[in-house]
Amino acid sequence: MSAISLSKVVKAYGKLEVVHGIDLQIAHNEFVVLVGPSGCGKSTTLRMIAGLEDITDGDIRIGDRLVNDLPPRKRNISMVFQNYALYPHMNVRDNLGFGLKIAGQPPRVIEERVMEAAEILGISELLERIPAELSGGQRQRVAMGRAIVRHPEAFLFDEPLSNLDAKLRVQMRTEIKKLHHKVKTTVVYVTHDQVEAMTLADRIVIMKDGYIEQVGTPMDVFNHPVNTFVAGFIGSPPMNLIPARIAGDAVVLSDDVAVPVPDRLKAHVSDGMAVTAGIRPDDMTPVGHGIHDTDQMAAVELTVELAELLGTETLIYSHLAGHEVQGKMFDPRDVAEGETLEFRIALDKLHLFDAQTGRSVRAG
Amino acid sequence: MSRALKRQLRAIGLWVATFVLMVIMCVPGLWVVLSAFRPNREILAKPPIWIPENPTLNNFAKIFGIGDAQVAIPVLSYFWNSMVIAMTSTIIALFIGMAGGYAFARFRFRFKNSIFLGLMLFRAVPGIALSLPVFILWSRMGLIDTQMGLIIVYVSLNVPFTIWLIDGFFRQIPISLSEAAQVDGCTRWQAFWKIEFPLARSGIAAAGVFAFLTSWNEFALASQLTRSTDSKTLPVGLMDFTAQFTIDWAGMCAMAVIIIVPALILTFLVQKHLIAGLTFGGVKG
Repeated sequence: MSAISLSKVVKAYGKLEVVHGIDLQIAHNEFVVLVGPSGCGKSTTLRMIAGLEDITDGDIRIGDRLVNDLPPRKRNISMVFQNYALYPHMNVRDNLGFGLKIAGQPPRVIEERVMEAAEILGISELLERIPAELSGGQRQRVAMGRAIVRHPEAFLFDEPLSNLDAKLRVQMRTEIKKLHHKVKTTVVYVTHDQVEAMTLADRIVIMKDGYIEQVGTPMDVFNHPVNTFVAGFIGSPPMNLIPARIAGDAVVLSDDVAVPVPDRLKAHVSDGMAVTAGIRPDDMTPVGHGIHDTDQMAAVELTVELAELLGTETLIYSHLAGHEVQGKMFDPRDVAEGETLEFRIALDKLHLFDAQTGRSVRAG
Repeated sequence: MSRALKRQLRAIGLWVATFVLMVIMCVPGLWVVLSAFRPNREILAKPPIWIPENPTLNNFAKIFGIGDAQVAIPVLSYFWNSMVIAMTSTIIALFIGMAGGYAFARFRFRFKNSIFLGLMLFRAVPGIALSLPVFILWSRMGLIDTQMGLIIVYVSLNVPFTIWLIDGFFRQIPISLSEAAQVDGCTRWQAFWKIEFPLARSGIAAAGVFAFLTSWNEFALASQLTRSTDSKTLPVGLMDFTAQFTIDWAGMCAMAVIIIVPALILTFLVQKHLIAGLTFGGVKG
C-alpha cells in the first residue's frame, strides 16, 4: 500500500482543465519531488493532496483513507509554504506548538514535542523570538519545525527554498535531506529547480502542462529521459537537441556532420527516420579534456563562440549543424573566441528521439 | 544661497505652515473647551477674553441640574442614547464589515466587483440626501424617535466604509497563513479567529473608531429622526440651548465638551492600533 496515491486526478477551474487525470503512487518514507516549469500543475497537485484545492475528478488516498472530501485538518499532513507562512503574532514556540494546541494535546506533550523539533532543527535558542526577528534561513527552519512537531503521515513542501539566496538555498537543501533521514516520513516536494529535484529526490516526477511526463529516480530521468521535454528540462546546462535524420548506420545532423548510430540504439531506428539527437554538454568534450573512458566516440570540429570558465570546467558555446550547442571542457585551459577545437561525442551517451512524437526511440 | 541654508529655510517654512494650519484647526476646539469653563458674559465680551478670568464649573452643574441651577437639560438621557446608538451601530457595522471585508478579500463570487462598487457608490451619497425618504419610511414603520431607527441608519452609513477598510486589511494578510492554520488542524472558522482576526485587529480597531465617531457626532439625520429623550443624541441635544431669542453659549460649550471627551478617550485608548491601522499598507509593502 502506498503512503499517498493519486488516481486519475483532474483539476479544472470552470472549463479550464489544469491537471489532466494524473496517476502517482508514493511509497512510505519516500522523498518524491514534483518538478516542472511554471504552470505545469505541480503546486496545484500538491495543494490537492493537502486539501487546499478540491479535486474535480479522480481519487486521492493518504495511507488507506480516501481523502477526496476531507478538509486539510483531517488529512494528517504538514505543509511548508513558499513564504513560510509563520504566524507573525506568535513567537517561535507558539508557532511550533500551534497545531498540537489545536489538536488539544496537553501542555506537557506540546512542550516536549516543541523542544524535540527545535533540537532537531537547531532553533532551541530562537523559541522566544517572533518571526519578524528571524533571518530567512531561521524562518525556513521554524516552518519545517512546525511541520515535524505533529508527526504527520506526510510532509508537503511547496517551493520552500525559492525565497532564499543561492548560498542559503544549498545549505537548506542539505538540511532538508538530513531532516528526511532523521524523521523518515513521506515527503512530497514541489520545485521548479531541477538541481533541487536531482539532489533531494528518491524519485522525480516531471510535469508539463498538467501531465506527468516521466517518473523515475534522478539517475533514471537523467540518463534515460523519455522525451525531448524531460531531456531539455533535467540537467544543467540542458541537453543539446539537434534535428537529424537516420541514413543507414549514421545519424546525419547536417550535410557535412554525421555520427554513427550507437549499437544500443540500432534496433530502435530505421533508415530515413527523422529524429532529434540529444547530446549532454558533459558528453561533448574537446580532445584531452573529457571524462569518458569509452572507445565509442565521434569527432566533430567546433568553433568557440563563447567560453565561460566555471572553475573546474569551462562551458563552451558553439554551433553544430546550424544549431547552438554547449560543450564542456574539463580540466580547462584558456580558450580564445574563434578558436577551432576538435570535440569528441560519447556515443554511448547519445540520445535519439522520434522527431514526430518527441519520445525517446528506446521508449518506442 | 548655500544648499544647507536653503534646506533650513524650507524646513522652517514647513514648520510655520504646519503651525498655522494646526492653529486654524485647533482654535475653535480650544475656544469651545475654554468657554465651557466660564460664564456667558466672558464668552460674549468684546474685545474677546481668551483665558477664563473666573473659571467655573457652573455650566456643567447647570446642565446636569445640580445646585440652584434652573436649566435642566436631560444630558444623561442624551448621553445614554448616544452611547447605546453609537456602540450598537458600531458593533453591528464591525461585524458586517468583518464578514463582508473577509468575503471580498478571500472569496470569488459572481458580481463581486459590481457589489463592491455599489457599496462604495452608496458611501458617496451624502446621508442628508437620504433624510426625506428615510423619514417617510421610518414614520410608516414606527421607527421615528426610537434608538433602533437611528441604529439602522448608522449601520447602513458605516457598513460600506468598514467593509472597504477591513477588506484592505485582510488582503494584506497572505492567504497562506490561513491555509497553514487549516493544515495545522484548524477549521476555516478557527483559522479566521486565531490567525487572521488578530492580524487584522489594527484595521478592525481603526474601522471601529471611525464608525463610532461617525455615529457619535452625526447631527443632520439624528435631528430629523429623533424627537424626545427616548432617542435624542448629544449633538441633537445641543439644540436645547437655543431659544427663540437667546443662545446659552456657555451651556452649549459645556455639553460640547461632554460630547468630545468620550471620543477623545476612545481614540486615545486605541491610538496604538489606529496608527498601526492607518499606516499598515505603507509599512508592509
